[in-house]
Amino acid sequence: MADLKLMSVRKSYGQVDVIHGVDLEVNHGEFVVFVGPSGCGKSTLLRMIAGLEDITGGDIIIDGTYMNDVDATDRGLAMVFQSYALYPHMTVRKNLSFGLEIAKVPRDEIERRVAEAARILKIEDYLDRHPAKLSGGQRQRVAIGRAIVREPKIFLFDEPLSNLDAELRVATRVEIAKLHERLGATMIYVTHDQVEAMTMADKIVVLRNGIVEQVGAPLDLYNHPANLFVAGFIGSPKMNLLDGHVADVRPGEVDVEIAGNIRVSVPVAHRLAKGDAVTLGIRPEHFLRAGADAANLKLTVDFVEGLGGETLVYGALPGASQPVIVKLDGQHRIENGTSLSLAMQPDQMHLFDSNGRALQRASATAAAA
Amino acid sequence: MATITSTSSRWDAFARQWRRGRSGYMFLIPWLIGFFALTLGPALASLYLAFTKYDILTPPVFTGLDNFRYMFLQDYRFRQALQVTFTYVLWSVPLKLGLALLIAIALDKGTRGVDLYRAIFYLPSLIGGSVAIAVLWRQLFDRDGLTDQLLQLLGWPPGTSILNNPDHALKTLIVLSVWQFGAPMVIFLAGLRQIPQDLHEAARMDGAKTMQRFFRITLPMLAPVIFFNLIMQTIDAFKAFTQAFVVSAGTGGPIDSTLFYTLYLYQEGFAFFRMGYASALAWFLLIIIAAFTALTFLSAKYWVHYDDTR
Repeated sequence: MADLKLMSVRKSYGQVDVIHGVDLEVNHGEFVVFVGPSGCGKSTLLRMIAGLEDITGGDIIIDGTYMNDVDATDRGLAMVFQSYALYPHMTVRKNLSFGLEIAKVPRDEIERRVAEAARILKIEDYLDRHPAKLSGGQRQRVAIGRAIVREPKIFLFDEPLSNLDAELRVATRVEIAKLHERLGATMIYVTHDQVEAMTMADKIVVLRNGIVEQVGAPLDLYNHPANLFVAGFIGSPKMNLLDGHVADVRPGEVDVEIAGNIRVSVPVAHRLAKGDAVTLGIRPEHFLRAGADAANLKLTVDFVEGLGGETLVYGALPGASQPVIVKLDGQHRIENGTSLSLAMQPDQMHLFDSNGRALQRASATAAAA
Repeated sequence: MATITSTSSRWDAFARQWRRGRSGYMFLIPWLIGFFALTLGPALASLYLAFTKYDILTPPVFTGLDNFRYMFLQDYRFRQALQVTFTYVLWSVPLKLGLALLIAIALDKGTRGVDLYRAIFYLPSLIGGSVAIAVLWRQLFDRDGLTDQLLQLLGWPPGTSILNNPDHALKTLIVLSVWQFGAPMVIFLAGLRQIPQDLHEAARMDGAKTMQRFFRITLPMLAPVIFFNLIMQTIDAFKAFTQAFVVSAGTGGPIDSTLFYTLYLYQEGFAFFRMGYASALAWFLLIIIAAFTALTFLSAKYWVHYDDTR
């Protein structure tokens, strides 16, 4: 168990910068997830922490020790690879004990740790098989076991579930979360799947193009995305983003006009001037079905997905080019092409300025429009 | 009546088949002639001759096991030839494979201009087995050769030709063979590139240093390629002939110190016209090579692991 500090960590390949000065603190026992679209630099950042990639600038500090020039072999970290990277010529037992033998751990201690890891991961029955004789899920467990036996300072996971089928992915996700709870170890986990990030992380680091867009607890990111990118990336289905402008400014509140001359009052603390371009964000689950008379939003329905527990409605607001997704609890009979009357929950709306930065809400209890 | 019809229809079917495949068979003919007339025929003939006394000029006389009895019980040159050949195989094969692997690893590090170096290092394998190079080596190491002059500079007495010294002649031929490491090197290089990078990275994360990774990851992962190279090079080494023939002018000298098995076989057959005995020698060499290959195959299950996870 250890803490980790990244200070202005940079990476460039020749002229191309792939990581632009990342600052990050990871505390003892934290589960941190790096999430972002492909090519955002999350795996590169993880490999830099591991020591498998050189860093171009900045400092990596683990437990107060500068690691910049320490080779991967001496950092005392363990990594679970996307491809599992099991040694094909060794049995499962050998795969697990390899790192301990290298470290000259006494034989009985090795046996104890291997047995313990095998028990935790339920791979006791395969210890004498070669990786080729295992299924994908079993190989994944062995790869995790190889990390566990070493009792590393920090566990690093590089998209470990992406080669598993959907069902196994969910099951393994839960197991890794449980494992974290049980070991209390510091873990850093890379994924492009925001559901994995939301469900496993104590702290999510959202990356785009080698820049940290936001760091925070999963629900903080969901409730208070710092910018349009995080707003669109966290949450499924995605947040609806509607272009508009400021129509009126009142203390603690602005009126935003979006396409179709629809006016919405949003409680924000920031100073805005009349006519400023803004983007209004509202998550699909924060629409309400309203009576035809009370509602000022009429959604023209394109398509409906009934999932049983919830219903997803795809459509567009009159005069708006941007599509809108609405998520309603339970089951609804809605015909394609009809008009759906909706209301927005004002305290759940997000407003972004013309640079894509979120404008802080006045307060969660602001009065409805 | 019925039989005649059926026979003729079978003939028709055969004729149709022939017409359809005719051009294919025509293309096969040169190869078939080569195989039967130049390989299988002589091989079977030599198997018979191995049990005869045959001087080429008069018809072969069947002598039973006489050739083999003489070979194993009386022929001291046969023993010398075996010893020379085994010494050669046991030294040149590991040395050559070791050097080939070393160079392959150096080239695999992805230095600039790898392709050029690979071609340069492969060159000796293309030309090294040729008579011209053997002649060149003879000039280098012979009395008054370049090495002789160099050794004189270092204070050795003149005329100490390495190739004329029974203590050094075979060593020189071993070095000459190790120099032709190109073919196994290219195969090693391909094998090294097949090892997934993330295995090396996983081993690094497991704390394994460069040498530990080499012995515990690279070598075992290369085992199938080492196995292949070992068999090919062993067979090649047992069949070594040209260099010994050229540097010793076909004598196997000095004092039979370069009397390779194949050279002895050649002398018996084409210098002393004991073709029956030469045939017996040839078949015994085949048995030796087969036995070595079989041993290597049997040992493989203890050290060769095929990666079938992907």
